[in-house]
Amino acid sequence: MEPTKFDAVVAGAGPAGCAAAYALAKAGLEVLVIERGKFPGAKNMFGGMLCGSVLAQLIPNFWEEAPLERYITRHVITFLSREDSFSIDFQSPSFGKPPYNGYSVLRAKFDKWLAGKVEEAGAIIVPGLLVEDLLWDGNQVVGVKAGGEDFPASVVIAADGVNSLLAQKAGLAEELSTEYVSLGVKELIQLPSEIIQERFNLEDDEGVTQLFDGFCTRGMHGGGFLYTNKESLSLGIVIQLSALRRMGVKPADLLEEFKSHPGVRNLIKGGTVEEYSAHLVPNAGINKVPMLYKDGFLVVGDAAGLVLTTGITLDGASFAFASGMAAAETVKLAKQNGDPSRKTLCNYEKLLKESFVLRDLETFKHSQFFLDNPRLYTTYPELICNLSRGLFTNDGKPRKRLWQLARTEMGRQKLSILHVAVDGFLGRRAI
Amino acid sequence: MNSMSLEDKLALNKYDIDEELHISVNEDICRTCRNRVCLHICPAECFKLLGEKITYSYEGCLECGSCRLACSKGAINWTYPRGGFGIAYQYG
Repeated sequence: MEPTKFDAVVAGAGPAGCAAAYALAKAGLEVLVIERGKFPGAKNMFGGMLCGSVLAQLIPNFWEEAPLERYITRHVITFLSREDSFSIDFQSPSFGKPPYNGYSVLRAKFDKWLAGKVEEAGAIIVPGLLVEDLLWDGNQVVGVKAGGEDFPASVVIAADGVNSLLAQKAGLAEELSTEYVSLGVKELIQLPSEIIQERFNLEDDEGVTQLFDGFCTRGMHGGGFLYTNKESLSLGIVIQLSALRRMGVKPADLLEEFKSHPGVRNLIKGGTVEEYSAHLVPNAGINKVPMLYKDGFLVVGDAAGLVLTTGITLDGASFAFASGMAAAETVKLAKQNGDPSRKTLCNYEKLLKESFVLRDLETFKHSQFFLDNPRLYTTYPELICNLSRGLFTNDGKPRKRLWQLARTEMGRQKLSILHVAVDGFLGRRAI
Repeated sequence: MNSMSLEDKLALNKYDIDEELHISVNEDICRTCRNRVCLHICPAECFKLLGEKITYSYEGCLECGSCRLACSKGAINWTYPRGGFGIAYQYG
């Protein structure tokens, strides 16, 4: 007997794969999702915040049933020097009303729920199975090979994440270079919810995101992060892999160092570590987005490098949902036309160009160049911290005006007005 | 919070360990390598130096793939473990 031919086989049950499969199944198409994890979500980790507006287009009011941790009403950015810290703190109760602005989420739980919705919609999900290869008919992808079996499909959607071996096998993506990915390492730290609320000035289900710039990366391109969950904190650092490679520092040591910083250690005091995780994040933006389609084949989410990194925003999930949905639209069109070749699938790229996905990446195309500037991780955070220290110091000596303090500190940091002007110009263009 | 050893942290994670290895190294290349980026880049420190020889374990691997990209000599053959095996995050 011939094996069933699916309208689409999706490799990977993360946000991108699930969004594609959900939309296709809802439209009545035959969809198979193959997930290498023991359960959907088992291999997935991210910093912590999910923006819900895109998912709400697919599953309206999803926040009423999804396993969300806290809705984020407070955003803090903290600059660190060796011992000191300086924070910018924004809090808005309006972020705490439906449809909410963003949620902290634990991926092992959230992705499992999302995959459940996909099954409810009528798709088949097979966990614990690794897609090993593509099936070809000439230049056309006609299915996948997994666990030694063939799964024929009109279209294969590669949602296999940042190390997309399928996009490489399809000849669309090159091997990733260490400059274009960052390594995130994270600890899940258990803390009672009352302590979290008191410590972070939050009401019931409200949450905070805190991003750290400066000493925590020892000058490397990257930063630290903290997200509050219901009864835990997600704490970690993200560092450009090429910088880590050059510096010869162990990521696990950096994380311990970050945890012991005076500006951090009291935030996690009394907590118990429950899990230690690591994951790569694509960070090249528009400059390294591969060819997104070929005959019978589409690449979505992290696999296509669709992640926005501006230094302040780090969003992959919205891009995963949106690209998955665009892929589903395109596969529906292919089914209608009876043509899964490039001629129809090029519609996918067109949809991404029209939506925020490729437009945001285009808007922030200079971000990576800007963020490669080491002054952002050494000079400026130190300057801000030292300047604040000068401002608040009472040592019985004659006081100086802010501008005098700034000039002295700039001299100490060997920072000229020209540096500031150039960085300001690049920053204006980049973020 | 007291500092915690990496071994203790990895011991908190849930793994379904396969008998089949998903990491291997080309010892001929490793012998001539002076950078030995693998020794520090791996967040689970799967690579160790034993005398002059690079040894590796795969049991604690977090499946990030950093080693594969960071080894400029291409001496590390890292792939995904077989379906259902390897790390199973409970939180993620």
